[in-house]
Amino acid sequence: MGLNDGEGRDPLTPAEAEALGAAEGRQGGLLGFGSPTFLTTKVDFVVNWARRNSLWPMPFGTACCAIEMMASAASNFDLARFGMERMSFSPRQADVLICAGRVPYKLAPVLRRIWDQMMQPKWCVSMGACASSGGVFDTYSMVQGIDTIVPVDVYVPGCPPRPEGLIYGLMMIQEKIRNESLSNHYALRAEDPALVARPRAGADEIGALAGPFGNSTQQEQLSSFAQTARPKRSEDLLS
Amino acid sequence: MEKSGSAFDAVEQGPEASESTVGTPRASGGDQIENPLVTALRGRFDSSILHHEIQASDQHVVFVDAADNRKVLSWLKDEPDQLYDLLVDVTAVDYGGGRPIQVVYQLWSIAFKRALRVKCELPLDALSIDSVVALWGAANWLEREVYDLFGVHFRDHPDLRRILMPQNYAEGYPLRKDFPLRGRFSREEQTRRALSQDYHDYYTLEELEVGGAPGIEPPAPPDATGEGGVSR
Repeated sequence: MGLNDGEGRDPLTPAEAEALGAAEGRQGGLLGFGSPTFLTTKVDFVVNWARRNSLWPMPFGTACCAIEMMASAASNFDLARFGMERMSFSPRQADVLICAGRVPYKLAPVLRRIWDQMMQPKWCVSMGACASSGGVFDTYSMVQGIDTIVPVDVYVPGCPPRPEGLIYGLMMIQEKIRNESLSNHYALRAEDPALVARPRAGADEIGALAGPFGNSTQQEQLSSFAQTARPKRSEDLLS
Repeated sequence: MEKSGSAFDAVEQGPEASESTVGTPRASGGDQIENPLVTALRGRFDSSILHHEIQASDQHVVFVDAADNRKVLSWLKDEPDQLYDLLVDVTAVDYGGGRPIQVVYQLWSIAFKRALRVKCELPLDALSIDSVVALWGAANWLEREVYDLFGVHFRDHPDLRRILMPQNYAEGYPLRKDFPLRGRFSREEQTRRALSQDYHDYYTLEELEVGGAPGIEPPAPPDATGEGGVSR
């Protein structure tokens, strides 16, 4: 099969194509080295190209962020332009988990199970303030960031983020995939089975993330007008 | 910022001590208003009717002795002149400061298009009241919710389990005023407990059979002769 470089013209022969490419200053002609029936490239590039342009999202929508996620998939914003051709409601066919909305502790094992059911390679987007950090729901029933349950690749800030924000986050996933390499594939994809059904962040990390108002064992909420314990330092008081 | 005389002083002072003896706030002047229902209730139950008041201009609230709640509610449901046959809601209120917890029954009479609110006060050291599931099936989950969030025990309830919080939740009753906002355990412990939940905690064996959970055999279909299925 030759190359057709214009309407109504005969296909170029390989020799003509080579000559044309050389005339335009391209080394090796139009098609790189060799005949036009193959081209040389890197396996990494081809694999990552295929992966990043056919990311099927697993929607895990629990709150208003899911409305924006639906808008992202609808015609105005059209996630399908970027290869998220359809929402995959089976985790076994999905590539990227979009956690959109707040996650209560009672839902935590469900999220974890859906993540475990997704096949490698898989990525995770934490969409919105609540999924990323608990948001305003710093309460007894709410997971303070889904990164204590599953590994997160991209955090999309916002309350809720606009569809452009979600699309930008997914394009960051694509960029991350573009820079992956099969040579360190197993290191990237490894998950310690001992970590399953355990908090992914340690006590120190969770405590640090819970600041600056302390964690649940030291209830020193100083925000707003309410406090459940006396502040230790006077400069901590909001005036 | 000058804080003296601020409207937020009471908030800054925090909740009152649990041994406080301040009574439950009640609207004033309710007892002066004639209401044929309350008159009838007083005539029939006398000392069980503790107080009557009107809230939000037309919502009649009747405080009933907690020991007689089922008797009074049963009468309200079946008496031909009342027929409060729809149980809209069962909930509870904790005013804090060691004051009693109020269990609230919101009733509606379909026949007469009237609403009535019945309240029972329970002291914190005796949070136990008769269940009304026998009167209204709707009370089943509503009473479980009150039990879950306030720790009120409903006597004779057929299935008194937690309904909103996880079954392995061990931090207490979250809607009580003395419950800290972020719970009693550390975030790490809360996360660990959440991830160690088991669906067997949530469902009865029958519910698991219907859902076809792994490891649970579905119920055998009844045989063709109509003699009934397998007895378990």
